[in-house]
Amino acid sequence: MSSAASESLAPYTTIIGLEVHVQLQTRTKLFCGCSTTFGSPPNTQVCPTCLGLPGSLPVMNREAFALAMKAALALNCKIAPFTKWDRKNYFYPDLPKGYQISQFDLPFSSDGFLEVVDPKGAFSRRVGIIRVHLEEDAGKSMHDEAAGTADTRIDLNRAGTPLCEIVSQPDLRTPQEARAWLNELKLLLVYLGVSDCNMQEGSLRVDANVNLHIPQPDGRIAKTPIVEIKNMNSFRSVERALTYEAARQWEEWQVTKAELGTTPKQTRGWDDPAGITRAQRHKEESSDYRYFPEPDLVPVTVSDARLAEVRAGMGEPPTELRKTLADKWKISAYDADVLVNQGRDLVAYFEDVATKVADGKVASNWLQQDVLRTLNERGETIDAFPIRPDALADLIGRVQKGDFDTSRGREIFAEVLSSGRAVADVVASLGIAAVGDDELVALCQALIAENPKIVADVKGGKEQAAAGLIGQAKKKNPNVNPGKVRAMCLDLIRAMS
Amino acid sequence: MQPAELSATDLVTAVRQGDLSAVQCTEAFLARIEALDGAVNAFLKVDRDGALAKAAEIDARRKAGKSIGALAGLPVAVKDVLCTADLPTTCASKMLEHFRPPYDADTVRRLREADAVIVGKTNMDEFAMGGSNENSAFGPVKNPWDLTRAPGGSSGGSAACVAADMAPVAIGSDTGGSIRQPAGLCGITGLKPTYGRVSRRGLIAFASSLDQIGPMARSAADCALVMETIAGHDPGDSTSLAADVPRYTELLEQPLTGIRIGRVAEHYAEGLDPEVAKGVDEAFAVFKAAGATVVDVELPHAKYGVPTYYLIAPCEASSNLARYDGIHYGHRSSSKAGGFDSPLVEMYCRSRAEGFGPEVKRRIMLGTYALSAGYYDAYYAKALKVRRLIRQDYLDAFKQVDLIAGPVSATPAFKLGEKTGDPLAMYLVDLYTVATNLAGVGGISFPCGFTKSGLPVGFQLQGPALAEPLLLRATDRFQRLTDWHTRRPKKIV
Repeated sequence: MSSAASESLAPYTTIIGLEVHVQLQTRTKLFCGCSTTFGSPPNTQVCPTCLGLPGSLPVMNREAFALAMKAALALNCKIAPFTKWDRKNYFYPDLPKGYQISQFDLPFSSDGFLEVVDPKGAFSRRVGIIRVHLEEDAGKSMHDEAAGTADTRIDLNRAGTPLCEIVSQPDLRTPQEARAWLNELKLLLVYLGVSDCNMQEGSLRVDANVNLHIPQPDGRIAKTPIVEIKNMNSFRSVERALTYEAARQWEEWQVTKAELGTTPKQTRGWDDPAGITRAQRHKEESSDYRYFPEPDLVPVTVSDARLAEVRAGMGEPPTELRKTLADKWKISAYDADVLVNQGRDLVAYFEDVATKVADGKVASNWLQQDVLRTLNERGETIDAFPIRPDALADLIGRVQKGDFDTSRGREIFAEVLSSGRAVADVVASLGIAAVGDDELVALCQALIAENPKIVADVKGGKEQAAAGLIGQAKKKNPNVNPGKVRAMCLDLIRAMS
Repeated sequence: MQPAELSATDLVTAVRQGDLSAVQCTEAFLARIEALDGAVNAFLKVDRDGALAKAAEIDARRKAGKSIGALAGLPVAVKDVLCTADLPTTCASKMLEHFRPPYDADTVRRLREADAVIVGKTNMDEFAMGGSNENSAFGPVKNPWDLTRAPGGSSGGSAACVAADMAPVAIGSDTGGSIRQPAGLCGITGLKPTYGRVSRRGLIAFASSLDQIGPMARSAADCALVMETIAGHDPGDSTSLAADVPRYTELLEQPLTGIRIGRVAEHYAEGLDPEVAKGVDEAFAVFKAAGATVVDVELPHAKYGVPTYYLIAPCEASSNLARYDGIHYGHRSSSKAGGFDSPLVEMYCRSRAEGFGPEVKRRIMLGTYALSAGYYDAYYAKALKVRRLIRQDYLDAFKQVDLIAGPVSATPAFKLGEKTGDPLAMYLVDLYTVATNLAGVGGISFPCGFTKSGLPVGFQLQGPALAEPLLLRATDRFQRLTDWHTRRPKKIV
């Protein structure tokens, strides 16, 4: 295991654990048939069950349980053969039943890990997963403080949406690692189709626990009180908040020397514009949620057969896919990492192109240099990209055959992209045609005749002087292949002697 | 015979054959309600118009030669703990005084589909918590046999309306005896089915792991008829049983020869009224005469039933009733006097303080306490362990016997107000009934005699899981050999 340089230089080690909530990508809620679509008008996706009306009962969504199992399996967790539901009791206006159906002492899975490897080799970390459990989401409170009314409006569309809670061990050691790990987790969950992990829509939420381990002159390790950070709205915020918080704890330590256990656990909120964490109100005592087994639901048993079925439907997780791509297409680990990190659709696109042009390296270059750049510029995803794999393979194939060079290919790529026309049409309309052998011979003979100095230099052993001919050839006919021009000219010059 | 005196089975036959129209049948019971309920207070809502409209619609369908349901034209009273989309559903609580559910309970849906006529919603102890019906926010129900006495609870309104012929059939719910105990005190027949036999969907929860809906009627045969409609699997209730529903009415004929009935020594403990003991002993004699054998069985943990029940039920209730917070529906306090941590906390506290009655508050506090950190293991977790022991007692006993029998309550109907000052005395009215719910099995109660002062004495049979056919058959056999169940209060008003 290598570690970031800053870690070894700092007078402390930062200890980070993450708690991640992800909304599962089910069509319907965890315990009723209501839709989970984001962004509908408030309180239009509700029924007696998710409204918590008297007499209503929950029925478990089997699809949600299967998705959660996929996530847990991919996180290398053990799946409990027997799991139950518990009620977590607390009063809040957006919690219509007065309790949340969650899992307390028998989560459906535990004891896993997820590895994160920096492709540039800065770090490699296996992060333990304490548990993954399933629970229902609450509604949303919207505090409308306009006109002094201070009204709170409640939208229960989200109430009952399935959530997976993933709790990591405090195994992360730098804010950069934490961010990278979250990226890897998100990638995994998106690959599995478990969640869209859209933080803007609230389908992925992260809280972080952080403290410092500070070696003392007597060899003892002093531990600062653990702080839980909330309100982080992006992975970048997580990295920034952790960086800020570690520095803040270090400064505080130097003044107070306060150690873990001497003060109650503190919760701090991340203020993104200000770039600082702020203490949230101290809870006088820790909340007592009065968990007890949910009597309205039956325990869930998971058979080996069911487990095998879920495992079979999982597909290749990113870590394995990176290796597979690198081996199969003879591309570098770095390239495989870049492609895989773009998601399953892009990998499929890449493999389609690579198969058609029978060259992974070339396909990978085109994807990274041309396709990905364009996607980034246009803010698009690969499924909406107008140049489909067939067209790109057609274009690359023409370059491979030597019809034109790569830079000419890029011009065609841009034209196909902006016009939406087929590659062949663009090639024809730009007057780009393959340069015939006779034409090439004639052009090279003309060049030789016009450039006695270069010819003399080449004859004198300076073959690199032939480069001067290529620039002129491109001016006479933009379609010529520079490699062919060079080879032909050299042949003709040698034949002169 | 007047229609109001006919059995449910005969009423359904008469309507089907055209001897009696559904409207005539419904009117007969509505007339009884009008005449008597001012004194009895069994109904919180009488749906005269809705009932007559439904009856007329059934008559029209029958006349047109179209099909009618299994319970066509049968008036049914429904305990106000079951959701009805067209009627208020209050749980006899100020908290839900103006609540109208947007949906029907599964049982109500099944009744409507079978063309039963829902005549109204019956009074009960608030949120089904109580054994005397005195915890209703809308006044207690009076026992039709003696209006100065309690009808039992919590399904007191359902029991009283059947006893007074205001409905041939009522639906009740039983969490610790709430069908069987009032049936016993009112001299009618009440079945608490096996947990999960009747869907709980739309039954406003008191204690989810114990609640069960069941029929209350004048005979086992009538209960069997209703069970054929209301029992069955409901995919909307995860705890509902998938087992097929037997034709209960067709399974009544077999004799009781060879059936072993267990007599529980613990049932004859201190406090059993001698007149009740006598009635119960005589009932055992009737069963012997019918060919059954009576053997002694032990339920060693039965004595822990009441304390176990009064931990588990309030724990679940404290959570189930958290939703009545004044936010989304139900009573919301208008007071903004302040004095709380925040306006939100004030709204919670005042709404619940104003909306709930004292017994409901007592149980919410008991349950909240027992589930709290530091107490959970000593109370709730221990109660769950004892519950398992009680369940095991029943499993062991049912290896030796087919049914377990005894009194349904230790005394006949007690005076209104007699126990209201002593919650513990009130909790003991459930002494013989709570273990059935803790074990999740079925039980039935029915009259087996009368005291000298003319009050009914109740008998209880309990059976293994899904033994409803045997419970109904044994009771039906008893009722063929005796006439206690046919007796009616002579003059109510």
